[in-house]
Amino acid sequence: MKYIQAFRSAKLAKKLITAIQHAVNPKHHYRIMEFCGGHTHTIHRYGIPHILPPQIELIHGPGCPVCVLPIPRIDKAIALAQTPHVILCSYGDMLRVPGSHQHSLLRAKAQGADVRMVYSVNDALNIAKQNPDREVIFFAIGFETTTPPTAVALQYAKQQCLNNFYVFCNHVLTPPALEALLNPAQGEPPALDGFIGPAHVSIVIGTQGYEKISKTYQKPIVISGFEPLDLLQSILMLIQKINAKQNTVENQYTRAVTQAGNLKAQQCIKETLELRDTFEWRGLGDIPHSALKINTTYRTHDAEQRFKLADTNGQEHKSCKCGAILRGVKKPSDCKVFATVCTPENPLGSCMVSSEGACAAYYAYGRLQHDTQKKTQSHPA
Amino acid sequence: MCLAIPAQIIEQPSSNTAIVNVGGTTKTIDTTLVDNLKPGDFVIVHVGYALTQLDEAEAEKTLALLEELAS
Repeated sequence: MKYIQAFRSAKLAKKLITAIQHAVNPKHHYRIMEFCGGHTHTIHRYGIPHILPPQIELIHGPGCPVCVLPIPRIDKAIALAQTPHVILCSYGDMLRVPGSHQHSLLRAKAQGADVRMVYSVNDALNIAKQNPDREVIFFAIGFETTTPPTAVALQYAKQQCLNNFYVFCNHVLTPPALEALLNPAQGEPPALDGFIGPAHVSIVIGTQGYEKISKTYQKPIVISGFEPLDLLQSILMLIQKINAKQNTVENQYTRAVTQAGNLKAQQCIKETLELRDTFEWRGLGDIPHSALKINTTYRTHDAEQRFKLADTNGQEHKSCKCGAILRGVKKPSDCKVFATVCTPENPLGSCMVSSEGACAAYYAYGRLQHDTQKKTQSHPA
Repeated sequence: MCLAIPAQIIEQPSSNTAIVNVGGTTKTIDTTLVDNLKPGDFVIVHVGYALTQLDEAEAEKTLALLEELAS
């Protein structure tokens, strides 16, 4: 496919690695966080950590919406799915994420709940049209990338008087999460030299969305595409910016991202959704103004207004280290249940479920390599 | 979750939909979020919606820059 293969060229990748090797200051240890889970997967799929100079450490961030959704919200989705006459529609990953007591939407489905996996929110709209005697709830999750389609679907539902269509809104925002990482309510922030910024979130919000954070916390941010050459070029750009102490936002993904972002998408969000006062994130705790809810104009389509559900405490599995992994404090291989009790077939935490979770990336790519490295470090020859 | 892929528009059956070629398969997508699209344009598709038009000139510029680095 045009514009995919070109950004996977091995020849150019080798040259970029040489350029990175030349740019690195051998005395500096570079700690770079890739915010987005999609980047984490590209990095591991293409073995990037093993071809970079040892001075560069890549740290995985909380940019996986499936991973950061706290257990009480998953418990609520399961309770909604078990409500009589309801069809609950969701993106695939959410079905397997464990809620309290390892319950999941998939298990609820096995017990008789009508849970359906959809590719697009428009599929949920069609299910609502085809089932006028049922109440159809779309379990909406995702960062700014996934929010505009939900906003458009709400507008369609209103225009078409689709009164049996509801949205359980869990859309979250990237800049407040970055800020919570750099300025945590408790404890020390992780030591980071710079960020690889999200690709597709930035299509919607533009590079302007990060300028304040970069300036306030004096960190360089490079918005990067998702292909391996995009990431290598972004790492090179970050190394150069760190060396020059240039704490600004730069755009590597110029073929899709602009400074202002997609104004039409921003307008659709503004017309249908509004900021929540606060929202809980797994691993990061409560973050003010970090998520969206349906506004009063569209409240008849708000599942939280239509179905009053009690809050649960949300029981995490005791051994799961997803929280610390999402804060960039621990790596998946630091977790004692990783790849033993917790596997993609039997996930204990969200980071092992999602196709963007750090644990799933470690498990799928290079898990044996990580094991060998660990053994070599603990038993040097 | 935020994964999105380039796809090329084949035709536009209505003002807010397009049939696209994604790596050899065709799919109908929603184009409400992007104005002024025409057949032949590349778009970035996420959960069945076009999020933006892919700027082919910028893509070529990035590739040229990388080639320059490699020469």
